Amino acid sequence: MPIETWLTFILVFMILGSIISLEIKDILSSIIAIGVVGLGVSLSFLFLQAPDLAIVQFLFEIFALIILIRAFIKKDYHVEEPRIVNKILIGITVITLCAVFLLSIKLFELLPPFGEPLMKTAQYYIDNGVEQTGAANFVSAIILDYRAYDTLGEITILFTSVLGVFTILRIKSKVKKVTAGDDDEN
Amino acid sequence: MTIYLLCFALFLVGLYGVLTKRDIVKIILSIGIMGYATNLFLVFVGYKSGAIYPILSEGKCIQPMVDPLPQALVLTSIVIELGTTALLVSLAIKLFQKYSTFDITKIRRLSG
Repeated sequence: MPIETWLTFILVFMILGSIISLEIKDILSSIIAIGVVGLGVSLSFLFLQAPDLAIVQFLFEIFALIILIRAFIKKDYHVEEPRIVNKILIGITVITLCAVFLLSIKLFELLPPFGEPLMKTAQYYIDNGVEQTGAANFVSAIILDYRAYDTLGEITILFTSVLGVFTILRIKSKVKKVTAGDDDEN
Repeated sequence: MTIYLLCFALFLVGLYGVLTKRDIVKIILSIGIMGYATNLFLVFVGYKSGAIYPILSEGKCIQPMVDPLPQALVLTSIVIELGTTALLVSLAIKLFQKYSTFDITKIRRLSG
């Protein structure tokens, strides 16, 4: 079977999974449906000849599932009461998004067709990568040598977000200590 | 072409979730869906039909390879997505501790 058929099948499966995960009431089922979508992404990376990306996406999926389940499993979830205004807003949003989709068909015809990339820069990397960097894996050659400054910036973003997580989750304990110290204030 | 459009449809499903859902957990999941669609589209653009993965090995003759540049940039993008998801989840936990709900229409007193 050609690769386009497989990818179409996986993409339809992923669209169905994401619609289910957005519309289902239970939070746990929703998180697990998102896990299915992410594993579909990992599988299509394998079909697209990107084994590094497939492994990283798989790990991301497991970590995201652990974080989301650990964070939300014991929380009470609310049930949305259907209101007329809300339904009208949802209808308007769906119609607008369908219009955007139909208008974008012309736009996607301008792109190079699937399976024939431009590869002007990347062809230089493939031709000269082994002599210049000594890495057999071109993806790691690009990450760590040609585009090392990009990687540095992305690592900065990652550590900033980790710092943000620690700062946000620490606020409560500090406030507790302060209020325990001087109770007369309240 | 069809594959690009399906990928864009996946992105629009995520956008629909961000715009219409009132549950903050659903909004975080929708942002995740949009990230999946973007990463997948970038790798789609770099695919070359009949080519192999961009890794050299001994005894393998030179064959056409897929574009390694989008793969390298998407690799770091996936990791950053995990960091931003963790940041959003921690914000949602703090909001739940303060307001005891995930409904964004009931979270109003942001200054208090």
